[in-house]
Amino acid sequence: MTDAAAEMISRMMQATPQAGALGFEVVEVSPERAVMRAAWKPEMVGDPATGVIAGGVVTTLIDHVSGLAVNAARQGGMGAIATLDLRIDYLRPAGERLGLTASATCYRLTRNVAFVRAEAHDGQGDTPVATAQAAFMLGTAGAVSGSVA
Amino acid sequence: MSRLEDTPYARFLGVRPQEDAEGPLLVLPMSPHLIGNPSLPAIHGGVLGGFLEITALARLAAERPDAPLPKPIDVNIEYVRPAGPKDTYARAEIRRAGRRVANVRVEAWQDDPQKPVAALHGHFLLSAEG
Repeated sequence: MTDAAAEMISRMMQATPQAGALGFEVVEVSPERAVMRAAWKPEMVGDPATGVIAGGVVTTLIDHVSGLAVNAARQGGMGAIATLDLRIDYLRPAGERLGLTASATCYRLTRNVAFVRAEAHDGQGDTPVATAQAAFMLGTAGAVSGSVA
Repeated sequence: MSRLEDTPYARFLGVRPQEDAEGPLLVLPMSPHLIGNPSLPAIHGGVLGGFLEITALARLAAERPDAPLPKPIDVNIEYVRPAGPKDTYARAEIRRAGRRVANVRVEAWQDDPQKPVAALHGHFLLSAEG
């Protein structure tokens, strides 16, 4: 992918209002892998007793980086994409007041469907906070979810 | 359903409790910061996932008001229809709650409860010493 294409996809992803509200940043994007980061913010907390980031923030970051991976694998191909389903395993709680970095790989791309694996880390140890698997519909007119044009 | 809407992330989304003839539910009022795709526009899939998960947790917490908040083990989120820039509603059903784990289904809709926009099926850890 050209630098210009990568730059365009990254800019599109960061222009999403929800991604802006949570402060998501693109770390890396290539047809093989996309990486995004979210610094810890007080409004991300799911359980005030622990200060740990809510599952919904993990879900949003993973959905977003997965969409980025699909668009990168398509080399910026035209048409919206829509998440069909997203399965997340919460392997352990994120560390208190720690942000998350999520990476995603589009491991299979057909004319209609993209398959993605993703995981999220808080930088502590080897075990990810969450692993995920998602399927996306390509070239949708009225895209369903959080996914990106 | 009182404690969950008071958590910082639920407040960030704007989740509020509501009640209809079928019982308690949660509403996610439309707000520009929830949008994932500005060109459609559509609510972010992750926001819908987060809202569904909050609904599951709120339902479980309502059953056990004195226990620590349950923790998600795994969730499967299905996106059924486009979720436009409108208020979204969700209701959870506890399929089974044992001593340590609960199996929960949640559906979210906008105009018509018979036409869900998204659904979640997940397992939640109930015991603190999990």
